Amino acid sequence: MKQTEFKNVDPPMWVAWNQAKASIRVRFLRMLITSLGVALGIAFFCSMQVLSSTPTHGGMQSQAQMQWLTGTSLVMCLVGVTNSMLMSVTERYREIGTIKCLGASDSFIVKVFFLEALLLGALGSLGGSLIGSLLIALVMSATTGSPGLVPIVHAIVVGTLVGILMTVLAAIAPAVQAAKMPAAAALRVDV
Amino acid sequence: MSLLDQREVVVRTVDVVKQYGEGEAAVRALNGVTCEIYTGEYLSIMGPSGSGKSTLFNMIGGLDKPNEGSVFVNSVDIAQLTPKELAFLRCHTIGYIFQTFNLISVRTALENVTLPMLFAGLTPEEADERGIKLLDLVGLVHRLHHRPSELSGGQQQRVAIARSLANNPSIILADEPTGNLDLKTGQEIIDLLRSLNEERGVTIISATHDHKMLDVSDRIFHIRDGQLALVETREELDKHKALA
Ligand SMILES: Nc1ncnc2c1ncn2[C@@H]1O[C@H](COP(=O)(O)OP(=O)(O)O)[C@@H](O)[C@H]1O
Ligand SMILES: [Mg+2]
Repeated sequence: MKQTEFKNVDPPMWVAWNQAKASIRVRFLRMLITSLGVALGIAFFCSMQVLSSTPTHGGMQSQAQMQWLTGTSLVMCLVGVTNSMLMSVTERYREIGTIKCLGASDSFIVKVFFLEALLLGALGSLGGSLIGSLLIALVMSATTGSPGLVPIVHAIVVGTLVGILMTVLAAIAPAVQAAKMPAAAALRVDV
Repeated sequence: MSLLDQREVVVRTVDVVKQYGEGEAAVRALNGVTCEIYTGEYLSIMGPSGSGKSTLFNMIGGLDKPNEGSVFVNSVDIAQLTPKELAFLRCHTIGYIFQTFNLISVRTALENVTLPMLFAGLTPEEADERGIKLLDLVGLVHRLHHRPSELSGGQQQRVAIARSLANNPSIILADEPTGNLDLKTGQEIIDLLRSLNEERGVTIISATHDHKMLDVSDRIFHIRDGQLALVETREELDKHKALA
């Protein structure tokens, strides 16, 4: 009888990357909406950042209020992304089972979901940061005076990073859930 | 002693029990299945819906663990394997074919076939080359870059067959491979499986309630209520046929 010899297999990162890209491309519209959700939250975050960078808007009272508002909007955003990713895990029940049958390890599945989140998050937050910062800069220039270039660039960089961090946080639960999907799910015909 | 008894055993199950759920609601999907499957044979598992065929596949394929008893694949007790080793087993030793085809919907035919090869550590060039050969083997070399949704059911199942062969497995597990196909396409798939079995020597284990399968099988396991009720060999089948 032939003895099977086991060695560790984990495909290079680009295999997971291609799978993540393909998943996003095919579900483009839904992914766009999720990404748009991130963009909105981050746009709000950035506009608050720019706004609070000028002394006229930096009073103690309003500062705390702004932080509260930005915090809540980010949390809502996080919950929204988690929810839509959890749904996409449930929807891919059989697909995940099948990929496991083909020899994917749990860590491969986790990677695919994180990369999807990273891609969505990066695009959404970069877009959101640009829109939010520039829009508020325009409004301020028209009313109280231009905030200057430094706070805008600062807000865009911070906003993008915060957005990416947020989406990656939001992906933890869905990615773990996906990795726990049983391979046997592939054989189910009723789901 | 028949020829079969001297063959190498590729899969062995010993008193396998699988129960779903707990207490009152518990269902015994497998109730003590002991069997041996030989290298290179074409085995059909027959039984009515709900008799435990898919559950037995889950056990043999290392997709789920039995509550009691053990399953040996190539003499390895798969209950002893770590998750990584199980992934390796699924990748290299077993090819899976499903009733619902189960191609990765977001990837092309060729990408579906090459994915297991990439898991096995092949370079993209090697994988593409071998993937094209396999798709040629199943007659779909003109559909390399089509997505599953752009293929007919029969074509999808051919891609799935090519994919199951990706890493030259010693076993192909096919769970009702013709269940979602019309008669003619189903027959083509059965013929394809049989020719792969003869030409490549790959062991084929196929669950079915399709009687066309009987004609190509070396042996048939009849499953009833989670138990192996009867094992028929080719000779016995032919005898019955001659009498009828
Ligand atoms: N995941 C599951 N959870 C609960 N019960 C299950 C599950 N899978 C199968 N069963 C039950 O186990 C029995 C055998 O099912 P299955 O192996 O799918 O039969 P077959 O493939 O022969 O139609 C059935 O009674 C089925 O309802
Ligand atoms: Mg079944």
